[in-house]
Amino acid sequence: MPLIENGKLAPDRFTRVADEDEAGQVPPLPASTPVLLSLDRFLKEEEALASTNVEVGIIWPNNKPIAEIVPYLPRLALVALNFPTFRDGRAYSQARLLRERLGWKGPLRAIGNVLRDQFLIMSRAGFDQIVPVKDADAQAFDAAMHSYTVFYQPTGDGRKSLLRARLGRSATRAEHDGSKDRGATA
Amino acid sequence: MYVYDEFDRAFLAERVADFRDQVERRLSGALTEDEFKPLRLMNGVYLQLHAYMLRVAIPYGTLSSDQLRRMAHVARVYDRGYGHFTTRQNIQFNWIKLEDLPQAMADLGEVGVHGIQTSGNCIRNVTTDQWAGATPEEFDDPRIWAEILRQYSTFHPEFTYLPRKFKIAITAAPKDRAATKVHDVGLRLHRNEDGELGFEVLVGGGLGRTPFVGKSIRPFLPVRDILSYIEAIMRVYNQFGRRDNIYKARIKILVHEIGAEAFAEAVEAEWANIRDGALQLTDEIIDDIRARFLYPDFAAVEDQPAEMTAALEDPRFATWYRNSVHRHKVPGYSIVTISLKPVGAPPGDATADQMDVVADLADAYAFHEIRVGHEQNLCLPNVAQKDLPELWRQLDAAGLATPNVNHVSDIIACPGLDYCALANARAIPVAQEISKRFADLDRSRSIGRLHVNISGCINACGHHHVGHIGILGVEKNGQEFYQITLGGRADEHAQLGTLLGPAVSYDQVPGLIEDIVDAYLELRASPKELFVDTVHRLGVEPFKERVYATH
Amino acid sequence: MAAPQQQKLKVNGPVAVTANRLADGAVVWRTAAGGWSTALGDAAVVTTAPEAIALLEGAHKRDTDAVGAYVAPVILGDNGAVLPGNLRERIRVNGVTFELPASTLPAA
Repeated sequence: MPLIENGKLAPDRFTRVADEDEAGQVPPLPASTPVLLSLDRFLKEEEALASTNVEVGIIWPNNKPIAEIVPYLPRLALVALNFPTFRDGRAYSQARLLRERLGWKGPLRAIGNVLRDQFLIMSRAGFDQIVPVKDADAQAFDAAMHSYTVFYQPTGDGRKSLLRARLGRSATRAEHDGSKDRGATA
Repeated sequence: MYVYDEFDRAFLAERVADFRDQVERRLSGALTEDEFKPLRLMNGVYLQLHAYMLRVAIPYGTLSSDQLRRMAHVARVYDRGYGHFTTRQNIQFNWIKLEDLPQAMADLGEVGVHGIQTSGNCIRNVTTDQWAGATPEEFDDPRIWAEILRQYSTFHPEFTYLPRKFKIAITAAPKDRAATKVHDVGLRLHRNEDGELGFEVLVGGGLGRTPFVGKSIRPFLPVRDILSYIEAIMRVYNQFGRRDNIYKARIKILVHEIGAEAFAEAVEAEWANIRDGALQLTDEIIDDIRARFLYPDFAAVEDQPAEMTAALEDPRFATWYRNSVHRHKVPGYSIVTISLKPVGAPPGDATADQMDVVADLADAYAFHEIRVGHEQNLCLPNVAQKDLPELWRQLDAAGLATPNVNHVSDIIACPGLDYCALANARAIPVAQEISKRFADLDRSRSIGRLHVNISGCINACGHHHVGHIGILGVEKNGQEFYQITLGGRADEHAQLGTLLGPAVSYDQVPGLIEDIVDAYLELRASPKELFVDTVHRLGVEPFKERVYATH
Repeated sequence: MAAPQQQKLKVNGPVAVTANRLADGAVVWRTAAGGWSTALGDAAVVTTAPEAIALLEGAHKRDTDAVGAYVAPVILGDNGAVLPGNLRERIRVNGVTFELPASTLPAA
């Protein structure tokens, strides 16, 4: 699956290592490439990993409070949050809390049932890495990110919310009279 | 009226373009139905029994005459010449084609109207009192706060895929016309002892298959904190609301399962982190929103002018006046309810021509403004009393002056099995037949205030739990049956109705309702005791004895 | 009661497969030729669960034609006429059970 990093298709440096392979065996960790692990696998390997310089990412479960990730953050090179279906929106709250309250500045990846129509809100919630399910969606990334220019509410993405953006132009606020002249749609 | 500015108009245009692209991708097969469904729902598009249905928001129940005319246009061009006003300050078009929907939405968007977040698991259209800004009873215009919440909740990046839908209602008057106690969040605007404006916050109310009256989790929230507090509620719900079972996913189940106290603690803990952040409303922001609401330029006119008092000699006008005209905060003006419940007609339906008539009357007599209430009636909130006789004459000519507001024939009904893919039984023909039984207006006036609410299934879109008489359609062995409840109410004393007895067949319902009303007339302490008060005084037993004895 | 789409398949008598057309939502019936028709008379009528499942699987193959396919009861009338088998399907075939609000007023 393609990886979009900071708005561009990019090679994925991380190897995702499963908890179990199809034969029920625990696959070994690669010796030197960065790995993306489930939280369970990470906890099992924590000591072994501590003695290496391997970069580690974890997939934080979407039913576990994100605040519990704090002790592990210094060890992590990547946090991935999961959308088991695109209709399950718990990871949006986790992402905002991780960015805006817990201070995570590193890469934050959206994985799972990730579709084009959610790219923009994922970005607004703080994801800077997106792994879309469909190649066509990855190709449409730029269009999807620019489908809106107006944002009503503040998040940690730095965009000015409309409630505040309006205030800056109070000098030109003849909106009551102007609304008819300017035509109905912008 | 709130005036959209270029930001709002740009957003609507972008949303229409986005939906047009989504429809194209769906028709081409790039989106599966499973992927498309939540996207269309978030634009108010359902697939019903016969066709697609478009639900269009009427934010906080306020419409301009141009907007209502545009709805008439959509009804005429893309639908079958009528629309259906719902219990949540929306209008529904029942026969629209998916292919036509992007253009219909573009037409609506031109006048600032849309279907955004009228469905889907997101924060829905924020509703309030249809008399807002006009009634002398209120502490502030609740629409200011509904508009702030509308903006905050529109395409919210964190709360677009909640466990389930989320409905917020606001009342700013002690008399609750917005059913705030049966919403996911109910906000009751009032002033504290120091004269500051704030909200009592109720959570976990709702109808459906597990009805609850909302619980108060905060007696007073300063208005400047409304957005951060709502964000705290939403964040707790988004993370901890159940997602394993669609029937247990509403916030009311979370509040019920962990208890209102524990829920409130979780909200307060979250809120402590964000209350002083970017969501705190400054006076400047509040004033900016307030400044976008245009109020009528009321004239200093005489209260009870001679034109009106003279017209009261006409008994038909007088009957309508006593039923449908309400006190306004400005002397010489009135609030007028327009009944969309003519005897024998589908409740809440208006033809395109009727919409045009109302829009024209709003232009002529009501400062271009129309309201929609949860009782599925329209309202002209600002009418000079001297114009009432002429207004009435024209409403009457258009079939819009039935003086049955709050009477037994002013029935709330969902679309039921005639339209709805979820329904088990019909609701509209039941309402039609009941209203025919009470067509005699003298009789219906002597009965007094009596709200009959009908739902065609347990999802309770017809609010049957909070009808003074509630009627719930169920299916048994392929036949329609109806359960009757008594004593529910949706106002500030909100209460769920009590089951009267065994369900009855479709044909038996109108007679049963007549028997219930006859029992009330016999049992009431005086003609001043309302139906719902008699039920509360006596319980349902005396009704049950009388009614089932004859069936 | 769950909507028909969510029910377990039990076939006691004649049934057909129905759905709504994607582009306009119109009620359509699955034909023996593997297409869709707006006329109930064109529907493939079957009487066993395996046949109904086969029809349903065919109906699900292309979701750009029709959506929400499910098995609906039908009644075989005299001279081979196919009639809707319950109230819900009667309403889907014949329309709402009351008069639609007519635009009786002169156009504004």
